[in-house]
Amino acid sequence: MPGKTAEEMALDQKEISVAEFFEKNRHLLGFDNPAKALITVVKEGVDNALDACEEAGKLPHLKVDIEEEGKNKYSISLKDNGPGIVKEQMPSIFGKLLYGSKFHSRKQSRGQQGIGISASVLYGQLTTGKPAIITSRTDKNSPPKRFKLKIDTVQNEPEILEEEELEDGFEPGTEIKVFVEGKYLQRYHSVDEYLKQTAIANPYAHIEYSNPEGEDFDFKRAAHELPPEPKEIKPHPYGVELGVLGRMLKNTDSNKILSFLQNEFTRVGRTSAEEICRLAEVDPDKKPGKLKHSEQEGILDAMQKVKIQRPPTDCLSPIGAELIKNGLEKEIDAEFVTSSSRDPEVYRGNPFQVEVGIAYGGELEERDTEKVKVMRYANKVPLLYQASSCAITKALEKTDWKRYGLEQPGSNGTPKGPATIFVHLCSTWVPFTSESKESIARYPKIVKEIKLGLQECARDLKRHLSKKQKGKKEKRRKKIFSNYMPLVLENAVELTGEGEDLSIDPIMQRVIDEELVEKVEEGEEDE
Amino acid sequence: MSDEEISERLTEIGETIIQKVRNDQVPSVQIPSRTTSNIVYDDNAKCYVLGEKKTNRDAGNIRHVKRLAQMLKVASFCKSELMGSERHVTKRELYYISESWGDKLKFKTQDRSDDLVEDIEAMIGRPREDLKINPKAKGSIYGDITLKFKNPKGETMKVNCLDSADGQSIGPRTCEADIVECNADKVIAIETDGMYNRLMEENAHEKFNAVLVNLGGQATRATRRIIKRINELKDIPAYVFTDSDPWGLHIAMVIIAGSAKSAHINERLATPDAQWLGVTASDIKNYKLRSDELRDVDFKRIDELKDDPRYANDERLVNELDRWEEIGKKSEQQALMRYGFEYVVDEYLPAKLEELGAPGF
Repeated sequence: MPGKTAEEMALDQKEISVAEFFEKNRHLLGFDNPAKALITVVKEGVDNALDACEEAGKLPHLKVDIEEEGKNKYSISLKDNGPGIVKEQMPSIFGKLLYGSKFHSRKQSRGQQGIGISASVLYGQLTTGKPAIITSRTDKNSPPKRFKLKIDTVQNEPEILEEEELEDGFEPGTEIKVFVEGKYLQRYHSVDEYLKQTAIANPYAHIEYSNPEGEDFDFKRAAHELPPEPKEIKPHPYGVELGVLGRMLKNTDSNKILSFLQNEFTRVGRTSAEEICRLAEVDPDKKPGKLKHSEQEGILDAMQKVKIQRPPTDCLSPIGAELIKNGLEKEIDAEFVTSSSRDPEVYRGNPFQVEVGIAYGGELEERDTEKVKVMRYANKVPLLYQASSCAITKALEKTDWKRYGLEQPGSNGTPKGPATIFVHLCSTWVPFTSESKESIARYPKIVKEIKLGLQECARDLKRHLSKKQKGKKEKRRKKIFSNYMPLVLENAVELTGEGEDLSIDPIMQRVIDEELVEKVEEGEEDE
Repeated sequence: MSDEEISERLTEIGETIIQKVRNDQVPSVQIPSRTTSNIVYDDNAKCYVLGEKKTNRDAGNIRHVKRLAQMLKVASFCKSELMGSERHVTKRELYYISESWGDKLKFKTQDRSDDLVEDIEAMIGRPREDLKINPKAKGSIYGDITLKFKNPKGETMKVNCLDSADGQSIGPRTCEADIVECNADKVIAIETDGMYNRLMEENAHEKFNAVLVNLGGQATRATRRIIKRINELKDIPAYVFTDSDPWGLHIAMVIIAGSAKSAHINERLATPDAQWLGVTASDIKNYKLRSDELRDVDFKRIDELKDDPRYANDERLVNELDRWEEIGKKSEQQALMRYGFEYVVDEYLPAKLEELGAPGF
């Protein structure tokens, strides 16, 4: 059989739209199965809402409502009190994939690619055929706008079905309602759990939630101030890749390579820039757009060799040790809570910071013999899936928990005990292992920092457990003496028929008050 | 020892406590230590006895205070409920009786109450039978010997041990009975029920003019006690007839020299001049007995016994231990049955008794 000619093959090849691509690869974005899809829709909505509120300097107040609309069909509605969206942008934000403001930014935020929320719209339309309903109002002086829209999957453009202006009665903010195929579960991987974990890591947010079973949750605020807004930074030379460098060279306004290096990168001054050009053997006055491929490689290579100061870290927005503690305390009725926020560090030119919290005992005692519960977060977003490939899990398993008073069968692996361990990694660029953003890549530097954070909190836990142990021992000691000392005398009196006038109380009090010294003596341990 | 004397010794324990409290001191008592390091072999008495070491049971020690209270309760119970009465209790009963003392004092397990009884035995230097706490009756005695004791109703009665079909069982009253008359000139103690029954049916007691004692395995304290008393009071020798293995030999040794566990009262239980009659290791070959292979545990036991001071000075027994090791075999007493019912009384026992220089041979 004769092969196809190049011309024939060219006929077969056509551009595929992003929306079409998604249609065929929905698992890449977290829509692998109905249960997970439900969580993903909520997650994308909550991420966007929190980012929008924070950017506008408003304390977030979210209302999430999920209702069953038939067998395996649900409606999800999510309302925030954010800045709202101007009418012109509403269709694009929700009805066009890869439309967003964050992809090119080196600023810490929850969403990164601008794909999430429109993917939810698309998913809903693919599984139920129903359009998304978007309502938004920017302030009290302008009326609320409502769109019903779908996505044209071939053109990747919004398709507006209905557009109206509402009467008053809608508080400023944005609401999205989608109809999707899904499955509601009440286990670890559930919307309930996702929102609870979100509430812990974002204690300045107020989240009201009503689940499909009709249960209402009210995750109240434990803090009334927003964390400082993260600053945007330029890339650091150590973290840049060849493709990105090429794009930057093409788009820059700088006329010379020397000024390009100083203007487009953080921490690069004149001296470093000259050094890079010298090492790369590139003329510092050359126009950036004129660099040959080999020269680009030379620059990239030289950038890694020149000593450059670490990037500034004020672009990060950690939760802070105190808020983590507040968050854990408000959602878990624990006996002991501790937290720590490490100093920022850098991996491959990207600043990052690790924060850890541990809650122990109290209501957690009920699950005493089980493994501890681990809450993983990246940029304040809970990670529910793919724990086994995550840097947080690896650091946790490499920590020697026996030293800190938790059981750890086999001396590695997840420890057991009535504890919840909270780990947050924030970064301008979180290295996720996949597009669905569920697991943090195991860079040695990141794993090491997480481990140090865990150890810091574990030492506090150990101190607490030792104190508790000591208190328990003292109580037990007192109980044993006051139970049996009187019986010693009582039975001696019965045996001898004398000494009824005696009291052993003063002697007993002296014994109880003695310093608790562990006496190693011959004799059997009773009880 | 009379009930009054035992009561007095028990009361002394309580007085130590009262005295300390009166002096504003933390009460405590001294107990002869029963740990292995304090069990020594007494060459003169030819049995294990307790050394000089004492342990302090101190109400100021978190690990001791409960056991001290329980000890005083047990002492008080024995004094008020058992002394001066015809009542006896078993160790198991005592454990259950403690239920009535309340949650604080009751024993969690029987080994805790057993252990405490042994502490009191060591303190008063008398066996628990004197406290009227008894082991279960296991042994029995058959032969022309007359015993006098009080029955459970408190009535004095005399029994000739030939008068009961299976022998008189050896319990708390029998073992301390007065020996009114004994026409036998030796005691033969037998390890197994089967061989005991064989000897009764073959008239061994008449043929050898012997009192037969059924041990039923390892001898109880009461059985050891009565063998010792017949041996001492009537001045007649005792022989122990067991299976041919290190375990059988050791049954004989416990009768001869006492056990480590009862070191605090061995002097009242051991019969130092009793002798092991067999079946010996050499007999397996000499009598062509059906035998089994020695197992690892048997070899291990042989090694342990060789290191035991009770065996060290007895050349005959050490040789027998070597012999088992050498031939790697063991046999049961009943293996002698291959030669018929009468063989054991007509051939085997006469030969052995003669070898050991028994009276009448």
